[in-house]
Order: sequence, then structure tokens, then C-alpha cells
Amino acid sequence: MKIRKDTAEFLFKIIFLICGIAAVFCVLAISIYLLISGIPAILEIGLKDFLFGTVWKSEKSQFGILPFILTSIYGTAGAVVLGVPLGILTAVFLAKAAPPKIAEVIHTCVELLAGIPSVVYGLTGMTVLVPFIQKTFNLSSGACLLSAILVLTVMILPYIISVSETALKAVPKEYEEASLALGATQTETWFRISIRAAASGIIASVIQGVGRAIGEAMAIIMVSGNVANMPALFASVRFLTTAIVSEMSYAAYGSLQRNALFSIGLVLFLFILLINGLLRLVSERNSLK
Amino acid sequence: MATIIETKKLNLWYGDNQALYGIDSELQDKEITALIGPSGCGKSTFLKTLNRMNDLVDSCRIEGTVMFNGKNIYGDKINVTELRTRIGMVFQKPNPFPMSIYDNIAYGPRLHGVKGRKKLDEIVERSLRQAAIWSETKDCLKKSALGMSGGQQQRICIARALAVEPEVLLMDEPTSALDPISTGKIEELALELKKKYSIIIVTHNMQQASRISDKTAFFLLGKLIEFGDTEQIFNNPQDRRTDDYISGRFG
Repeated sequence: MKIRKDTAEFLFKIIFLICGIAAVFCVLAISIYLLISGIPAILEIGLKDFLFGTVWKSEKSQFGILPFILTSIYGTAGAVVLGVPLGILTAVFLAKAAPPKIAEVIHTCVELLAGIPSVVYGLTGMTVLVPFIQKTFNLSSGACLLSAILVLTVMILPYIISVSETALKAVPKEYEEASLALGATQTETWFRISIRAAASGIIASVIQGVGRAIGEAMAIIMVSGNVANMPALFASVRFLTTAIVSEMSYAAYGSLQRNALFSIGLVLFLFILLINGLLRLVSERNSLK
Repeated sequence: MATIIETKKLNLWYGDNQALYGIDSELQDKEITALIGPSGCGKSTFLKTLNRMNDLVDSCRIEGTVMFNGKNIYGDKINVTELRTRIGMVFQKPNPFPMSIYDNIAYGPRLHGVKGRKKLDEIVERSLRQAAIWSETKDCLKKSALGMSGGQQQRICIARALAVEPEVLLMDEPTSALDPISTGKIEELALELKKKYSIIIVTHNMQQASRISDKTAFFLLGKLIEFGDTEQIFNNPQDRRTDDYISGRFG
């Protein structure tokens, strides 16, 4: 009996280990695959021409991805600039000020917002936002960087709101009481004490939002016009992600074009690694406190 | 001696539970008044009505008046934030903000519009000196206040409260989380501070009350049982329940 129990114990430990290894294996496999398939094109084009070339014309074998890199950075930065204040203020309202019933309604909406598939964001953006932008700014087409930024803003909001709210709720009540007892108003207390004390959690939420925004493809390909221009607010643009999506289907197997698309994937992957590294750094500093 | 705070028929409810019953009291200027009594007797609740910190509890309802310098602080024209700058508070658990010692002390003055490095430097030094913690902190003002010991943190909190120049200092069991040596320092400090401030201190420690206070108020089940000179309360209590409590027969 004892031996059978031990064997079962042992077997389960193995099963757990295999499950754990599965995730590690996937990451390793993807990394190695991206490196193997991404590096050849970079070598052939030249790192400098690839990263800093401003023209991408696959039919003329010009593969400069600076427009994509900048578009991804501008698009994400734009979403952060709009989404962070909105998200943090919503989080403060939910964590500190909102009457319970109103907070519940907002919570439900935020959860729904997080659960909407990105293709639905794209569709709504395409049919509502793009015509609106076109009319408002009198453009020939509303499919542009601005539309993409607005869609991304809405998409990262739920992340910023829910993670910031958790951080704000974890701020010890004693801090806030001390501030109020010194004659601060509640608003002063939230801005000077609560947000400050929750800063590392809020920063983590923003980094998560950045990760989400930079990796998004489906929603923004539908509203951004998808032309490989250098980014401008009202220009039709391509992101790192959408560049891959839009050409992969017709890039000939083994061609430089196809390999260059893998190289774009590699660049995107490095961006995500960087963002995750930052997130780790912030949360480690957080746990030291 | 002048009366600085006077309560009349002060009743307080948390939801349906009445926590204070018709408290009439007169608290004197430049004295230390100790509030004693067993846990849950209402002494902390009473303390928090004096700077309206009970406003933060949603279910809290208050009747009666609290006169501070002749004005009812529960009246219509009272500015609560101004009231709280004039009646400062020190909490049971040392609660410095997670920022530098300097920023902790400067928090209140900055809030109320004090600007300029020099002016703030002056206030910080004066407050830390008053709280008898200047010598321990003057070389590390830029360090986090959370790195100090519990007793030091509590004195920093006292300095923080003094920085906005209150008239009254409320202390809610300020030494219950501290070791005996730190406790001694806070008590010495309280005796020093009463020259300039009126101090109302809640304490579980009866020796502490008898050591430092001029007046003592004994609370039981939400009622103020006896209020008088500390010496009289401890040596010659008029009420049997006071006698039972201070001689350790209950509580």
C-alpha cells in the first residue's frame, strides 16, 4: 500500500514537471524559430538598412522597416498618452470615490471591454470611427494613425484600470488617514498620497498596456489604412504587426520578402522582451518595499 | 486655565449602535488630558469626534455640540480641513508616508501653500527639533521615513503633525506599538509639548496616564464616568467603577 502511494506521488510529480516544461518548451521553440528564420534576411539586407531604411517596397526588394517601427512606437505612445490619465482617474474613482452600485456597473463594463475580441474593435472602428474621423478632419480617408491610436486606447484601458485599481486599493488606510488629519482634502489625499503609494502598481499596469498595444494586429489593421508610409497622425500607416499580417499570405516561400517578414517578427519579439523585462524590474522593486 | 474644547450632550452612533452617550466635558488649554477605560469604551471614538475623523465612517451619526475656541465644529460654517490643521492627530500605529523624512514633515505645509526651499527647511528643522528627533534625522532627511525604528517613526509623525502648527494634538494610543524606551521618549516629549499645545491622549496604560496627564477622563461603555484631576482620579476616585478599573479589578 505504502509503495503504491509513493509511486503515485512520484508519477504526479513527473506529470507536474512535464506540464511546467511545456510552457518553457513553447517559449524556447518560438524564440529559436524566430532567430533562425529572422536572421537570414537581416544579414542579406544589412542590419542598418533593415532597421533604418525608410522604404518598404517588397515588389522592388526594398525592405526598410523604420516606418513600421516608428508607427508601432507612435501608436503605442499615443494610446498611452490618452489611456493612462483616463485609466488612472477611472481607477481612482473606482477604488476611492465611487458609490458601490456605480462602481459595480463600471466594473462590469470594464470587464466586458477586456473581453471584446479585437476583431470586433476593428469592425466597430472601421464602420464608426473611420468615417467619423474622415468627416471631422475633412480627409480623403479616415483610416489613419489617429484612428488606430483611438482604438488602441480603448483596448488598453481595461488593463490600466483594473491593475491600477488593485494597487490603489492596497494602499494602507493609515496613509490616507494621516493625510486627512493634516488638513488635506480627499482629492488632495488621492493625488498626493494614494497614487504615489500605488505608483509601482500603476506603472506595472501601464507597461502591461504597452505590451498589449504593441502586439495588437487585428483591430488596427482594419482602421489604419495599411500603407507603408512614415507615420503621421492622418497618414495611412502600417505597424510591425500589421506588416506581417498583410504580406504573409502572398509572400513566396523562401523569398527574401517572406524572410524579411520573419525578421519583423523577431524585432517585435525583442520589443515584447524589453517590455516584459521592464515589468519584471518594476514588480521586483515593488516586492522589496 | 482656559477651556479649549467643550463637548455638550455628545451622542454618537455607528449605524444602530450607540457608541457615545451624552458626553459633557471641558478640556483645558496647555494641559494633557488622558482618556482611559477598557477596550471598546468609546475613548478613541470620542477622540476622533474632536477633529471630525469620524466623518470618514459612512454609518456614523453625531448629535450634540463640540465647541472648539467657542465655535461648534459640527456647525454649518465649519471648514473641516482647516479644523484638522488646528487640531492635529497622532495615530496608534506609526504611519509615516512612504517618502523621505523631509517630505513627510513638509507634506502639511506644502499642502497649505508654503513654498520656497528656505521656508520649508526652517519648518522641517523646527518641527523635528520640537519632536525631539532632529539629532537622529538631520543627516538623513532625504532617506525614507520607513527605514527608521518604530519609536523614531512615531516621533516623525508627531513632527509631521506639529509642522502645520496646530493648537491641539490628539494622540490615539501613541505608544501601544512601541518598546518601553521609545515609550519613555514619547512621554517626555508630551510633557515638553504641553507648554505650547493642548494634548489629549488615549491610553491603555494607566501608569502612563498617571505619569503624564493633568486631567483624566474615565470612559465605560460609551459613557464618561468620571473626569477630574489625574491625582484625584487615581488616589481618590468618586465613582466605584473608576475605583474598580484603576485598581485593576476589571478591564
